[in-house]
Amino acid sequence: MRPDLEIIQQWVEPGHHVLDLGCGDGTLLDFLQRERGASGFGLEINPDHITTCMGRGVSVIEQNLDTQGLDNFDDGMFDVVLMTQALQAVRRPDKVIEEMLRVGREGIVTFPNFAHWRLRWGLALSGRMPESNALPYKWYNTPNIRLCTFKDFEALCRQKGIRIKSRRVVDGQHQNSWLARLWPNLLGEIAIYRITRENP
Amino acid sequence: MPDSLPSDSVGLVSPQTIHFNAPIDLACGQSLENYDLVVETYGTLNADASNAILICHALSGHHHAAGYHSMEERKPGWWDSCIGPGKPIDTNRFFVVSLNNLGGCHGSTGPGSVNPSTGKLYGPDFPVITVADWVKSQARLADHLGIQQWAAVVGGSLGGMQALQWSLDFPERVRHAVVIASTPRLSAQNIAFNEVARQAITSDREFHEGRYYEHDVLPRRGLMLARMVGHITYLSDASMGEKFGRELREEAYKFGFDAEFQVESYLRYQGERFSESFDANTYLLMTRALDYFDPAYEHGGDLSKALAPAQCEYLVLSFSTDWRFSPERSEEMVNAMISARKKVSYAEIDAPWGHDAFLIPTPRYTDIFTAYMDRVAREVGA
Repeated sequence: MRPDLEIIQQWVEPGHHVLDLGCGDGTLLDFLQRERGASGFGLEINPDHITTCMGRGVSVIEQNLDTQGLDNFDDGMFDVVLMTQALQAVRRPDKVIEEMLRVGREGIVTFPNFAHWRLRWGLALSGRMPESNALPYKWYNTPNIRLCTFKDFEALCRQKGIRIKSRRVVDGQHQNSWLARLWPNLLGEIAIYRITRENP
Repeated sequence: MPDSLPSDSVGLVSPQTIHFNAPIDLACGQSLENYDLVVETYGTLNADASNAILICHALSGHHHAAGYHSMEERKPGWWDSCIGPGKPIDTNRFFVVSLNNLGGCHGSTGPGSVNPSTGKLYGPDFPVITVADWVKSQARLADHLGIQQWAAVVGGSLGGMQALQWSLDFPERVRHAVVIASTPRLSAQNIAFNEVARQAITSDREFHEGRYYEHDVLPRRGLMLARMVGHITYLSDASMGEKFGRELREEAYKFGFDAEFQVESYLRYQGERFSESFDANTYLLMTRALDYFDPAYEHGGDLSKALAPAQCEYLVLSFSTDWRFSPERSEEMVNAMISARKKVSYAEIDAPWGHDAFLIPTPRYTDIFTAYMDRVAREVGA
């Protein structure tokens, strides 16, 4: 199992009702259903992923976040709303985060850090848009249209009154190194945030 | 006529008639003292009777869903593309049951059957049947076959409505409900089209208030018109355009009102053929069953409340160019299922053929249907 999913599953409790935005082939939801006794839905737009989900017994809805939002989900109907590596690909990440915390008590968000030293270094040296393992596209064909840094994301949360319950910063191999803990915005490649509007 | 049967066909099949002696009370307040259902089955029921699939037919459908009745039969059953060895509903794994519904005209008790209380054909006296009535009669069929729970109830269009109704009326008897190209209720426009079809039939001089059998005539003209208008709603503008465009049967306009455009002669042909094989009273009944279907009605229009008793998992599929029961209607159903906290999967399949797309195997449709049914089979150990 992918190490980031390993971290996420620890935050989902048995019986939790979960919504996974951009659920891919349903690996995470399948694991949460079987191993953690969770229930829930995935939203996806990739036809092959949707078929795979259906074949493995993951409830999946073909729904585009950009055009359809989450209007069809009731307030607070989920315990956890997940979004792994998809925040940077939606048109309005700020709206999506608000919607996540409308339909769910807690959100778990992961995204690539655009302030990672290798990206900074690449841009500084070559003057070209950086590419990396986490961001393997060209500037003109990338689905990642809303890249941000950890600092950007945390500023957005502050501005919206969203509380960050915890944050794990990992490198490209999803290892949690002490260096990344020390200088996350420089040395962390991917962050896993646990956010809520509820008070501690 | 096939020279030899295709390897992915269920092969030669024959229908059987099952007689039910216990009276059945209908939603309209009347009851039928006894009735027949004509049934076809494909595949083998396993020891614990867990691998049974019920196929529910649409407006003009019947029990003959797959395979051939004889080597002389021109075409296989109406859903042969999806039922057979290695097909989405794999008859190597599932026991498939397909019936002609009550009120039908393919052998099950309907307007063309003898009314035991008068000794004459029912004709217009046959009670108006609802989707819930059909489900009730299908449950008795399940009892008869020794099936306590369906692995899945599957249907397209009006058939999808029956699958949905099953999940509400007999929640513990349905593991999965597959609802394809359907809707939780007809729109005013849908009812309007049905009304035009009914008016076409009832205004035919040969209709005789539905007692045409007694006059030894058939309201062919009316039934043909009904089918023509219905057929338009099954296709998309694009698919009609691609198939016929503005193509003429001959080179130039004739400045008259005969069928000059190809689309005109196609519709006339379809209508005529249908009018020779279908019963007008059955057509009236089927369209009314469509009109009345609205499980949310008893719950103040709240479909998610109506869904409360359901225990099954749902697969809902819609087709992009279906304007009869558009993707929005399926999404309405899916959203109510989400709200009612039911398990549901949904996909909108890109297909150019309008409502008819549910009968046509396109790669994505087949992939999804196969993946889902494969998982159902694994779940029930089939």
